[in-house]
Amino acid sequence: MKKANQLYIAIVFIYLYVPIAVLIINAFNANRYGLQWDGFTLGWFQAMLNNHSLIEAARNSLLVAVSSATIATMIGALGAVAMYFHRFKGRKVVFGTIISLMMLPDIILAIALLVLFIILGLSLGFWSLLLAHITFCLPFTFVTVFARMQGFDPYLIEAARDLGASEGMVLRTIVFPLISPALIASWLLGFTLSLDDVIVSSFVAGPGFDVLPLRIFSMVKVGVKPEVNALAFLMILISIIFVATSYFLLKEKAHEN
Amino acid sequence: MSGWLLLFGGFPLLLLLFTSFLKQHPEKFFELSLSVESYAQLINPDYLLVFLRSTLLAGITTFVCLIVGYPFAWLTCRMPSRYRLLILIMIMIPFWTNSLIRTYAVRIIIGAKGIVNKLLLASGIIESPIRLMYTDTAVLLGLVYLMLPFMILPLYANIEKLDYRLVEASRDLGAGPYNTFRSVILPLTMPGIVAGCIMVFVPTMGLFYVASLLGGAKKLLIGNLIQHQFLVSHNWPLGSAMSTTLIGILVVMLLLYRVVLHQSDTAADRL
Repeated sequence: MKKANQLYIAIVFIYLYVPIAVLIINAFNANRYGLQWDGFTLGWFQAMLNNHSLIEAARNSLLVAVSSATIATMIGALGAVAMYFHRFKGRKVVFGTIISLMMLPDIILAIALLVLFIILGLSLGFWSLLLAHITFCLPFTFVTVFARMQGFDPYLIEAARDLGASEGMVLRTIVFPLISPALIASWLLGFTLSLDDVIVSSFVAGPGFDVLPLRIFSMVKVGVKPEVNALAFLMILISIIFVATSYFLLKEKAHEN
Repeated sequence: MSGWLLLFGGFPLLLLLFTSFLKQHPEKFFELSLSVESYAQLINPDYLLVFLRSTLLAGITTFVCLIVGYPFAWLTCRMPSRYRLLILIMIMIPFWTNSLIRTYAVRIIIGAKGIVNKLLLASGIIESPIRLMYTDTAVLLGLVYLMLPFMILPLYANIEKLDYRLVEASRDLGAGPYNTFRSVILPLTMPGIVAGCIMVFVPTMGLFYVASLLGGAKKLLIGNLIQHQFLVSHNWPLGSAMSTTLIGILVVMLLLYRVVLHQSDTAADRL
């Protein structure tokens, strides 16, 4: 019985990892179509670096991901702190909006924002992408920080106030250190969400500002492109590093508790 | 933050609803006059077929993910805790990896000379390569591949909280595995099942790039249809009407979720 259980888990992992493994192997495979192993090469990485439109799209995507993760984490954290301290009216409405936005399929948000941008006369490009990415990251960054705040001891803040700390001092010396792991986690989450997005970007990106998912999409639509394998290897590496980082943040949190 | 959410979340959605009641215009994206023309256009066998197929495909995807994911989540919960963490991390890695890249990976392995065909040929199950690429099966395979972690994670979160003593009690009282599952485990894990199903079903309807990269029929999902209306044929009112209908379907599902959650609460009270 025990063996059968382990076998089942192993089979699911094979299903999840074989395609990724094939991609990684092909990134170093001299055979262009990855049909058989023709020896080790770093040529596809070279080809990737020489593909200027791909590199430019990657640069644009990184720019959007870093800026939207940073801004969404800032707004989300401020929102979470405000929601934690002030039980204002309409709190439920804000929660409702956040949950609905998280549940909303990307494609609906994408076209809703497209309509908004066109009506506002905002030209599609960096700014429209940035605004859209911040919008879909925001609920996730908010929830990450808010969940962390739910876990802390309210007496810490009361104690600080009793000892005469001002509002600013409480935020700086108590709240901020306590939420900083959540801030990093939410930034990583925002960055990943932004880099992973295909749907929203394909609607709100403009012709002059190419981003990675669209570039990859048009490259692989027609056939196998080994440069994409090399790029895929790097992106998988990034996600492994990110998962590992948030795992350590999580472990640290469990340790404190 | 509230302002941001309203400006870029609530307001555009209202605009979308408004656009769905406008008329189509041959040169601009829409004409500023109210009508229900787009909704009338929606009642068209072609579109209804896509809606139906899309719902069906998303439904099958959800079902397959559930059938594969539920035992997986259950077995993971029964593992010693150090393995449990490792398994969760290994589920998280594909979850955090770019979904377009993962779709492309599926495309590579199911091609005529891909690894799937090679294995099937080598094992003698088939005699000549089967055509998987550009079929509905390929789309299903890709969708399940992408969405499986979305099913496993909420299921795991729910099953982990299950009080295993209840299962033992049920067995001690003479219930067989089937009865224990049906009247104890299933009702108690229902919130996880429904949460997982929603997490899979809702995004699946919009994943147009999976259908474009793996599928034969390019307009397989509602997402493809909406994308076409907005980016190719520039009929925004019709596209908006489709989106509004999609939202309608999803709202109905969420209401169902609340009903199930309520029932599961009463079931838990009874136990």
